[in-house]
Amino acid sequence: MTIIFKEETFHDDFTFRNSPEAVKRFPFPFPEDSYMYSVNLEPHKSYRPGSVYERTFDVDEHYVSEMRDRARVLAEDPLRCQSLPHMTLAGWDLLELIMTSKAEEYPELFELRRDGAKWHWINRPLGIEQKFTFLDETTLPYGPMEYITRQTQGDFAVLDQRDDNLWMDAGMVTTQADWSLDFDIGMNFFEWHAPVPKAHEMGIFQRALKFLLNVQQGSPARRLNWTMTVNPLLDTSPENYHKWGVMKKDLTLENMGQMMHLRVELQTFFRLPRSNALVFPIRCYLIKLDELVTVPKWARRFHRVIRDLPAELATYKGFITNRPKIVEWLSRYDDGAATSPGIWPD
Amino acid sequence: MLEGSIPSRPVYGVLEIRPGRLHLMVADAEGAQAILDLAASAPSDFFAGAHIIYLPKKSGDKFVARLERLAPAQLYVGPSYEAALPRLRRVLAGAHMGLQVYLAGTEGLMGQAMFEATQAGIPHSAIQTEHRGSTVRRVQCVHCKGITEDVTHDPFRCAHCGLHLFVRDHYSRRIAAFQGVRIDAEDPGNIPESVERFR
Ligand code: HEM
Repeated sequence: MTIIFKEETFHDDFTFRNSPEAVKRFPFPFPEDSYMYSVNLEPHKSYRPGSVYERTFDVDEHYVSEMRDRARVLAEDPLRCQSLPHMTLAGWDLLELIMTSKAEEYPELFELRRDGAKWHWINRPLGIEQKFTFLDETTLPYGPMEYITRQTQGDFAVLDQRDDNLWMDAGMVTTQADWSLDFDIGMNFFEWHAPVPKAHEMGIFQRALKFLLNVQQGSPARRLNWTMTVNPLLDTSPENYHKWGVMKKDLTLENMGQMMHLRVELQTFFRLPRSNALVFPIRCYLIKLDELVTVPKWARRFHRVIRDLPAELATYKGFITNRPKIVEWLSRYDDGAATSPGIWPD
Repeated sequence: MLEGSIPSRPVYGVLEIRPGRLHLMVADAEGAQAILDLAASAPSDFFAGAHIIYLPKKSGDKFVARLERLAPAQLYVGPSYEAALPRLRRVLAGAHMGLQVYLAGTEGLMGQAMFEATQAGIPHSAIQTEHRGSTVRRVQCVHCKGITEDVTHDPFRCAHCGLHLFVRDHYSRRIAAFQGVRIDAEDPGNIPESVERFR
């Protein structure tokens, strides 16, 4: 398996595209023709070779460009990466988890040599070579969480577990669907979920928290979440909403296929060994509607999901104003035929 | 009472006497009344161990004489929270076991003082809160991070960057503020009329 890393941007000229292979492995999030919040958690086990579920931390053709975008966002706003003082050990746990998984699962790309606490890390795609002492912060150019998440796709929330709750006490967040780490840091599970409609009343967060508190080391879990984004923006932060919000106005039936994106988050949950913290990687996958409708089953189903989504969810997800246009555009790809169960293309 | 339930917002109670060696009370404006009400059920020597930090704001000297009559060990009447902050930090830094903290008044005051107290290591179980008076909000602009105090209207203009913000029902205890988000982000210049939501 060789990955050809693309040169592309997620800002200004927006040159991001998916190759046909990347479209085929896209994590389409709808197992049926309608959508409502649920406690959609399952074990994070490897399956379907080639799929985004095969490896612990999926690396794809967008890796190098996504890491460049992260560096750009952090240079503009260092508050996107924060760690409260008691979270440093969890940062080391996370660094270990990522380095060992990547070195084992992508040996052509990453290498980790360990001699006691003397570690030697090689990241070929990014051209990084680093010798350091495990658990000694002075031997790395950043704190351990920041160091490793500058080299790993997806956002990361690191949760401290105490008082039967999870506390968002550290994170690296530059590819988020409109929430602010700087505002949410220090909050517990119910507090940071406060703005979500319906799910509190449905009891979803109580059940989800109970599940997460019991996630064991070596038995990670996962779920998918989704929204829609105009232009392939990884950084749809509230901080920059006054810059990207206005782009929603440019959407027309003519540019829909290129401008509108389904945004899917592969969210995983890992218990960390020394700190007993829980790490929550949120990996964002984008797909243009033009790319999505190359899979007929997805096109039909997506039309029905968007058309029938409760207004509260479409409002929260930020596309209520554009929904009629999106539905009209998608309807051209829905002949009314039945769709097969499950998320995979036929 | 504050209306509306937001899971990220603290629930405030009613102050009650708790056993302790030092009783630190921080209040603004109408919050003084919560201390006076507390006094009604206090044992006679209670205020001999009390330090009151009081910021009258718009209530002027309405409550000051009555607070003096409680004869607290220390009574500080100050012009603003910022002015009182070094004193508050000093008291918290010198606090020993047995400190009880009583916060009363506006949400912004209680939130900020709560943050200072927990930073100083005072356990939550030793901190009480009671909301009194104004429901004005302290709001952080999510774009420039500047905080605007005593927000009454929605939308309002950020005191720092000048953007027109709506007040989102999301509250951070750490910042002791609600979140303000640009209202005309998707349609610049389209700013609805501002209405008084918080008094
Ligand atoms: C501990 C790990 C988790 C973290 C750090 C996390 C974080 C977040 C954040 C920051 C938001 C955005 C809230 C806002 O609007 O400001 C969110 C939304 C949401 N979360 Fe979580 N979450 C976690 C686990 C879960 C789990 C296990 C569920 C299970 C059902 C869940 C369900 C949701 C839902 C339904 C939304 C609304 C998403 C949408 O409609 O786009 N979360 N989460």
